[in-house]
Amino acid sequence: MAQLVRLIDETGAVVTDDPPLPAPEVLLDGYRRLVLARRLNDQASALVRQGRLAVYPSSHGQEACQVAAAAVLAETDWLFPTYRDAAAIAARGVDPAEVLVLLRGDWHCGYDPIATRVAPQATPLATQLPHAVGVGHAARLKGEDTVVMALCGDGATSEGDFHEALNFAAVFASPVVFLVQNNKYAISVPLTRQTAAESLAAKGTGYGVPAVRVDGNDLAALTVVLTEAVARARRGEGPTLVEADTYRIQAHTNADDPSRYRDEAEVEQWRPRDPLLRLRAHLTTTGVLTPEREAEITAAAEEMAARLRERMGRDSAPDPAELFAHVYSTPTPQLREQAAQLAAELSGVGS
Amino acid sequence: MSEKPTMIQALNRALHDAMAADDSVVVFGEDVGPLGGVFRVTDGLAETFGEGRCFDTPLAESGIVGMAVGMAMNGMRPVVELQFDAFAYPAFEQIASHVAKIGNRTRGRVRLPMVIRIPYGGGIGGVEHHSDSSEAYYAHTAGLLVVTPATNTDAYGLLRAAIEHPDPVVFLEPKRQYFTREELEPGPVPPIGEAVVRREGADATLIAYGPSVPVALAAAEQAAAEGRDLAVVDLRSIVPFDDETVTASVRRTGRAVVVAEAPGFASVASEIAARVSERCFHHLEAPVRRVTGFDVPYPPPRLEQHHLPGVDRVLDAVDDLQWEDA
Repeated sequence: MAQLVRLIDETGAVVTDDPPLPAPEVLLDGYRRLVLARRLNDQASALVRQGRLAVYPSSHGQEACQVAAAAVLAETDWLFPTYRDAAAIAARGVDPAEVLVLLRGDWHCGYDPIATRVAPQATPLATQLPHAVGVGHAARLKGEDTVVMALCGDGATSEGDFHEALNFAAVFASPVVFLVQNNKYAISVPLTRQTAAESLAAKGTGYGVPAVRVDGNDLAALTVVLTEAVARARRGEGPTLVEADTYRIQAHTNADDPSRYRDEAEVEQWRPRDPLLRLRAHLTTTGVLTPEREAEITAAAEEMAARLRERMGRDSAPDPAELFAHVYSTPTPQLREQAAQLAAELSGVGS
Repeated sequence: MSEKPTMIQALNRALHDAMAADDSVVVFGEDVGPLGGVFRVTDGLAETFGEGRCFDTPLAESGIVGMAVGMAMNGMRPVVELQFDAFAYPAFEQIASHVAKIGNRTRGRVRLPMVIRIPYGGGIGGVEHHSDSSEAYYAHTAGLLVVTPATNTDAYGLLRAAIEHPDPVVFLEPKRQYFTREELEPGPVPPIGEAVVRREGADATLIAYGPSVPVALAAAEQAAAEGRDLAVVDLRSIVPFDDETVTASVRRTGRAVVVAEAPGFASVASEIAARVSERCFHHLEAPVRRVTGFDVPYPPPRLEQHHLPGVDRVLDAVDDLQWEDA
């Protein structure tokens, strides 16, 4: 099995100098992003319990993947997230309140994908991956300097679109980085039921796509691996498959009951490997993270959470007329009729 | 005098002219490059415009359509070929979940100006999986435009219109007519969403699209010889549906038969019959009839003539429209 790239272990100790660690200020910025991502995850989960969000598939415990995927991109690059990647979208700079429009149930996508260069969150598994290849291929044809970061989970690697996307990306040497967050579960189904391959990274071999396994809870290792994958794509050398070894600490969503399919003892094994704990330990030991900085970061996270609570606390009233407005660039005569019918019903004029 | 073009050549000319007019138009799929497509619709495009503009892909339809979605997101106008109706099904999730919905999902911020070309329908003696009439799947999926030409002039014009349209178009090519030779009539590109009356008539309206239009016209011809004056409406666009043209004709004639070769149950023909009944009820002299394929999987070549609606079956239905002299 391909060796796992890990730079900082669970105690915060540096385990190798090859490749070298990112610079301390990069790690400190990464830590700040991790804290914000964790706060977003936990605030969103709380909003579900308060009835302010319909559902929230949390990436609690996977924040290093979320943060690194966004941090290594340039402004002209694209991110293709899944439903579990709200924190990555926020890390890319999109307002969390706009990200949560989907899960609040107001509309299917709350941000502007063209302006933000973040595709709508994909709910069907792996279907966004061929889109990522298409964006990359179009960029190549136009001579644009654009790299595409495409996210998926371990379950998605069983879908046909995962294979088709890797194959197309390899054949066309598309500038795409495929980041698989292997969190070990597809709702209830464990990794052993997804694949008999020795790793998910091993799947790259069949398509001629170089693949790397990386500790998905080690932000330093992820930053180094993904930075190189992005650089490789930017040099025109084609796609890379990155398997991040991580764990879904929490339930699939609030509607899930993990006690039916996994032991708490397994979860407990992963708690000490938490990406925040280890980077905090490292940065504290090395003196980069001072109590003052920690306090600043915590305050920033609390401010973000308070803003989000305030935004999500406001009553929203989605406009029923919008049902018909965007189906086509110009509504068909039939949709105009149906819009008029609904409007009449709502105004009490309808029969 | 040069030979009249086939529908294949009309489509090829449309692709050529669209690519020449707009650099962002790219054509890709299986065998569309050096071979020029299994039906030669893309003949010469790779040679003329280079392999960046017309290229072969790995053999995977979901990947083809998914890649087109991404390219459309990034400013291009992809025109993809899915080789046969039933070979398009692996792409169905991409079409139904993304091609049709991304414009709506993003509140119109991301439009997908892409065309999915699919040779469809039977009557060519093809083995299984080469003859499906799959239009109902696409027509039922909100967010798609579904277009099917019946003449060479429309094949050219509608394909140009589809490529220029800001929304995704499923472009169904009646492969039974691929080799029909007809002069291309010059004129403006027909707007998507407008049906056309191919033949005026006073006694009943035949409503057809794609490969059933020649059948309806032949039936009308024969009926005329027998003293019945049938109108023929060619829908051209299944979505958007031109209620106005269809309704106007049926209100004039008071009788309607819908002709389509897809199985009739839960079909486009059924939708048309329902719409006409709802909108023309007080003008109708008889129930709206459907003449469609049977509700069976597409038959093997030696049995397909029993399945496809032919002139006789159409005329039987017309005879059945409760004429006063019957």
